[in-house]
Amino acid sequence: MSEFRTIEFYKTRESSSYRLLPFRFTSLDKDQYVLTNMSGEYLVSTRDKLLDLLQHKLSNEDPTYVELRSRHFLTDNNSSIAPELLAIKLRTRYDRLAEFTGLHIFVVTLRCEHSCSYCQVSRQSEDKLRYDMSSEIAVGAIDLALRSPSKNIKIEFQGGEPLLNFELIKFVVLEAKKRNQRRGKNLAFVIATNLALINEHILTFCGQHSILISTSLDGPKDLHNANRPRPGRDSYEKTIDGIKFVRQILGKDRVSVLMTTTEASLNRVREIIDEYLIQNLNGIFLRPLSPYGFAIKTKSYRAYNAERWLDFYKEGLEYIIDLNRQGIDFIEYYAATILKKMLTSEDPGYVDLMSPSGIGIGAVVYNYDGYVYASDESRMLAEMGEEKFRLGNVLEDSYEKIFTSPNLLDPLEESFAYSVPMCSDCAFEPYCGADPVFHYALYRDYVGRKPESEFCSRNMATFRFLIKKMEADKFIRQLFTKWANN
Amino acid sequence: MLKLHGNLPVLNSASRDAYLVTITTNANLPSVLKKNRALLMQPDQDPKGYKAVLTKEKERKAVDADSDVFQISDDYSYLNEGDIVRLDPSSGSMQSLYRKNSPHNTILLTEQCNHYCLMCSQPPKDVDDSWLLQEAFELISLMPTDTKGIGFSGGEPTLYGDRFIDLLHHTKRSLPTTAIDILSNGRAFKDIEFAKKYAAVEHPDMLLGIPIYSDDAVRHDYVVQSRGAFDETIKGILNLKKVDQKVEIRIVIHKQTIDRLVKTCEFIARNLLFVDHVALMGLEITGFTRPNLDLLWIDPYEYKDILSEAVAVLNNYGMNASVYNHQLCTINPDVLGNYRRSISDWKTEFLDECLSCTKRADCGGLFSSSKQFRHSRYIKAFK
Repeated sequence: MSEFRTIEFYKTRESSSYRLLPFRFTSLDKDQYVLTNMSGEYLVSTRDKLLDLLQHKLSNEDPTYVELRSRHFLTDNNSSIAPELLAIKLRTRYDRLAEFTGLHIFVVTLRCEHSCSYCQVSRQSEDKLRYDMSSEIAVGAIDLALRSPSKNIKIEFQGGEPLLNFELIKFVVLEAKKRNQRRGKNLAFVIATNLALINEHILTFCGQHSILISTSLDGPKDLHNANRPRPGRDSYEKTIDGIKFVRQILGKDRVSVLMTTTEASLNRVREIIDEYLIQNLNGIFLRPLSPYGFAIKTKSYRAYNAERWLDFYKEGLEYIIDLNRQGIDFIEYYAATILKKMLTSEDPGYVDLMSPSGIGIGAVVYNYDGYVYASDESRMLAEMGEEKFRLGNVLEDSYEKIFTSPNLLDPLEESFAYSVPMCSDCAFEPYCGADPVFHYALYRDYVGRKPESEFCSRNMATFRFLIKKMEADKFIRQLFTKWANN
Repeated sequence: MLKLHGNLPVLNSASRDAYLVTITTNANLPSVLKKNRALLMQPDQDPKGYKAVLTKEKERKAVDADSDVFQISDDYSYLNEGDIVRLDPSSGSMQSLYRKNSPHNTILLTEQCNHYCLMCSQPPKDVDDSWLLQEAFELISLMPTDTKGIGFSGGEPTLYGDRFIDLLHHTKRSLPTTAIDILSNGRAFKDIEFAKKYAAVEHPDMLLGIPIYSDDAVRHDYVVQSRGAFDETIKGILNLKKVDQKVEIRIVIHKQTIDRLVKTCEFIARNLLFVDHVALMGLEITGFTRPNLDLLWIDPYEYKDILSEAVAVLNNYGMNASVYNHQLCTINPDVLGNYRRSISDWKTEFLDECLSCTKRADCGGLFSSSKQFRHSRYIKAFK
């Protein structure tokens, strides 16, 4: 038997011979830095080691050196496979772009029986002709949706309250299926509804066509009803009964629930989460308040800043982590979305955190009046008089004209975070999004000034918070890995 | 542990060269078939006309002058109808090559290897042993077509290059529905052309088990004692997946791999998520492991929390992961979902302590080499 060699034999002699691969870094807290590479993998290091690394002085005996090599921040004479693995991961990350538009939102009516103060678009009106989508417009929208190169087409019905125009929903589902026959795409349908008008007839139809239900629950009864006034002040009761009804007829997994954060929510995150637990839901999306529509007009957006939302978010997330520690499986979906970007090569497809932005190419909106918008927020801006993101008209414009409209291409190109000042060298760019509509709404500019951007400061703080949490605690690291792959 | 090969007293010698032969217990076969069967003889049977005769009786019965007669001991009482052995009348050696009733039929194709792993269970020899490959062709031809699965191992089978691919084609033609498990270090597949040739076999159920011992390239190279091994193995796996082949990653857990086990699993989840299976394997105390035991040994009970964490990483990423070669009393309950009874039947053993264990039926037991040389100090019967 010949001699075995020691591990020293397999190390490159000169440690200065390593080559840096593309990466960015930023401070994590007082003592530590976080480094991220192109595929979104991150590594936490002290400032001293980071400086050594950058000056090609880091010894290959240093434990950090081994981490840096195996996570593709550097390459040396011992291993040069990194670029190939990075390329695969990057390709996976951007895979979605080739699919183009998958989500097609049909605003079937603007009418609503609720009068929520933060609602961007709804109308209290009996005038069906004025605020309902016509079947002629619907057919045009269906044809545009089916032109998308995406194999999977999801049609989501929104409002107003879409169930006020259920006849059109039925028409769209049947017509889309008919027109899809020769194309053979995978068609899926969702109705976003407050459930106040749900009935057995509607649910039977949903069951027949595998239609999912998406609804809103803002928290405990008093909070929900204050947020969502309707005649009878019974929005909460209608929602809870509706959720039960949907589960009973369609199945437990056929209804998803979204929470809208308002100023009144900020001190009540635990109660909100408890309400979700009571309703037997297995997760919650602790969303930031959107700045659109009445939310801007009524100044309720400015009523609280990023910091107050972060306090709310952190308290909620800590509470949810504790629940999991007690053996209760419960997910926070905003964290799960970001963690998917941090811990996997998959893109979660969440429009607000996509770069290139998801407007138009991730989701597109066909408004009741036939106008096509780049996103849900875009049509809300239009309701406020800003038509910057109007891409064309279902009845007048071709697919090509709509999807190559400068109103789509310009914001997509100009807001691409990889080339945006400050984003381009931000360590968190792989986790963040472009969101040109948000920035345009607030700053009249697709990019905005990042130091002043509420979007930027909120997300940066969230990224730091999540990384620190999972670096500090193995349980959280495992939990977050599970969420990332959920 | 079953005795798979040994030297036997030769009571009559007719053939000059070694040959493979299928065993039968039927003394009344048509004479045309007798000529290529070995009769596992009962005392009252007539062995005339058989190519070979395996008998426990010491005295020579009346046999044809052209039958080879071996006297077998109780060590070989496992032999049965349909098994295949290699007999060499000139030396008296017998080797069991195929046991019909075993799910663990692995064919050693070569003892040559371009790795020299610290814990190699089949230490490489640099001699021309290509007769093993020739024999494998013949052995495959003799196997019944309803064989569920077979394994090819080494050494490094791919060192044969195209002749290895020929063997796979031959196997698919002879045994079209038999699953094939191949143990390889994967480096040969760094050549995409070789990967394409492998894929061109178009076998419906063929899996390559390829080891990655660390996310740290240097540590992997050290464990396999070969510079540049890590990159070539990774490249090989990438090429195999490019041509849509099934790949299993195998990690042997020992003192040189345990510290980075969790990180290695994270590396696999981030970079090789598309592999079909990951096996986390306990150490077998045989081959090079014995001289290197101090360098390699760590009690499984002492690393059970690390094993749990590593399994959690793979499970959380939705990967298909298994824990092999461990005893139920040395692992945490949270890995039970991934626990497999994996040790080949012929080398599974239990300790005296295990006799009273209520979970013995579910336990994979120990390698016979572990029982003999080193096993966990924490083996304890469940009451």
